[in-house]
Amino acid sequence: MAAAVELEGVNVTFGDFVAVKEANLTIEPGEFFSFLGPSGCGKTTLLRTISGFIEPTRGQVRIGGADMKGIGPNKRPTALIFQNLALFPMMTVAENIGYGLRVRGVPRHERDEKVKNLLIQVALAEHGHKKVSELSGGQKQRVAIARALAVEPSVLLLDEPLSALDLKLRQHMRSELRAIQKRVGITFIYITHDQGEALTMSDRIAVMNAGVIEQVGDGRAVYAEPRTPFVASFVGENNQIRGRITARDGAMATLETPLGTLAGRNPVALDVGQEALLFVRPEVMQLRANGTTAGFEGETLDVAYEGSVTHVTLRVRTGQKVMASLGASALAALPTPGETLRIGFRPEDALLLARPERH
Amino acid sequence: MSGSLAFVFGLPLAVVVFFFALAAYERRTGVANGGGFFQRNGLAIGLYLVLAVGFWAFFIILLPQLAMVDMSFRPKLPPSQMGGPKDLYTLENYRYFLFGSTTSTAEWNWLHIKAFFLTIGVSIIITLINFAICYPLAFHMAQSATAARLRVLLLLLILPYWVNEILRAFAFRVLLSSGGIINQMLMGSGLTSEPIDFLGADVGLYMGLSYAYLLMMIFPLYNAIESLDKNQVEAARDLGAPWWHIHAFIVLPHAKPGIASGCTLVFMLTAGALAAPLVLGGPRTLWFTPIVYDRFYQAFNWPQGAAYAFILLVSCIIFVLVVLKAFRLSLGEITR
Repeated sequence: MAAAVELEGVNVTFGDFVAVKEANLTIEPGEFFSFLGPSGCGKTTLLRTISGFIEPTRGQVRIGGADMKGIGPNKRPTALIFQNLALFPMMTVAENIGYGLRVRGVPRHERDEKVKNLLIQVALAEHGHKKVSELSGGQKQRVAIARALAVEPSVLLLDEPLSALDLKLRQHMRSELRAIQKRVGITFIYITHDQGEALTMSDRIAVMNAGVIEQVGDGRAVYAEPRTPFVASFVGENNQIRGRITARDGAMATLETPLGTLAGRNPVALDVGQEALLFVRPEVMQLRANGTTAGFEGETLDVAYEGSVTHVTLRVRTGQKVMASLGASALAALPTPGETLRIGFRPEDALLLARPERH
Repeated sequence: MSGSLAFVFGLPLAVVVFFFALAAYERRTGVANGGGFFQRNGLAIGLYLVLAVGFWAFFIILLPQLAMVDMSFRPKLPPSQMGGPKDLYTLENYRYFLFGSTTSTAEWNWLHIKAFFLTIGVSIIITLINFAICYPLAFHMAQSATAARLRVLLLLLILPYWVNEILRAFAFRVLLSSGGIINQMLMGSGLTSEPIDFLGADVGLYMGLSYAYLLMMIFPLYNAIESLDKNQVEAARDLGAPWWHIHAFIVLPHAKPGIASGCTLVFMLTAGALAAPLVLGGPRTLWFTPIVYDRFYQAFNWPQGAAYAFILLVSCIIFVLVVLKAFRLSLGEITR
């Protein structure tokens, strides 16, 4: 079975501006695939390139194994859900959903039947005759999904469709989208800047920055095994400490930092003498380092008690702020601002990555 | 005379009082809230606005029209007999339009009736031509042109209208006449041996009329299409719609109020145009507005002229309202 979507050396430039640079990617059929990145990172451009609104400046887009060069968005087996949904306000809910079928010349009774089924699928059976403006945000969302599914695309593209919803609805729609994807079994390509969305819904995630796909992997891989400093700091909270590698020991390495000698895992095989960044997640920080943990001291700036976990912000010797999320069991009493704490971490919980040149 | 004086000053006063009462009622029932009109503008400016707008609406717009309507129902009399025993309300001016005589109803006044329907019919055609010309341009300007291109287009559209209407009409005449540039080029290239009588065939008239009110169509269309979310066009395309389907079922329904507004303006103005028909009309074509003009200034029959003008006005208004109704649009919508 051919891959759902393949990108091969895709470049998109607007004048001098490089929006997407050398994107190579294979998305499997039935996969829930997310592009995660800050705004302006090129993820929407990439989505529009897949849907056919933008032709790549260089490279090839293949959908279901077929080269899409010169094939317009109306001829591609993709359907796009827009950020603002772009429902047709002058049509009813049923007419909106049936639009793609009407365009294809599907006979009326067949169309009505299909629209009815879709309305049931997205739990809007009673709302077919309504105007779009009469619906709530979540209902509009479901109309947009049904309208896109009606044309039976092999790939559904979603451009941050949940960003306009309030938090509660957004969380509800996450699981609903995931359920719909499981039910219809087609490939979903999802664009978001919200790492929570990407992590909870996706089979795999591509993290993008400045037009470049930095890393592709499942949620755990991009969170726990980031391969670039951008991925490490963009996905989840992370503390980063600058230093220089002084020794290598198998999968581990030691580095000299302004906070003292620290150690961490060395997955990208940095050499002695190289400039490096040590990434330590707040949740692996431990209080009052004993012999097994490297550590440093800091002055408590802020304490945020959240029940099961307490977020402590420290200012260390270099003036840098370091975050530590400490479990309830680790704290006998809450630290007070101004108090000096000694914190540390196990070297196997920290990660060493090459320091990019411009920093 | 004192009766009409009371009318002239009493009616505006009555209107003002009515609106004050309406405002007070809305305030009390909570329909309107926020600062009052005079609180917001101050007494002096508020009073000035009320009086100035009232004066403008009544004296400049309503009163002359009412005077025309009144005149159209009176017989033509020498000044000495006006207001005398013979000055009675009559339908003879309207009768003349239909039957060509103030007394007999034996024969239809085909000359004028034909001119009337020709005017309406051609105005409809010109409105449609105008729409066909302007829609692609307005769509391009509103949806795909860059800001720089848009500025150039707007300038190119507006500049020709600095030249006045009569001059433009004569320019068309010069261009299209038997010895004009177009005929010279056609004959020079050997396409025809004889000059083509564009003016006699009314090509000039239709061109001049179409051109005269182009802007009245462009701008409402542009405004309407501009407010369409580009994503909707893209969504339709993404769902597989060919371009004509997008225009027919997405863009046109959205732009309906703008289309109605533009078409109404162009139709009304074309049907009432005087300069272009006078200058560019062929010898065999009798447009209705020159007939109205002739009633006033050739026949010196102002009541009859008033009746003719009133017939044209009412017919146009009725026609527009019927068309709006057919397209399920309200007057309020087209002013958006």
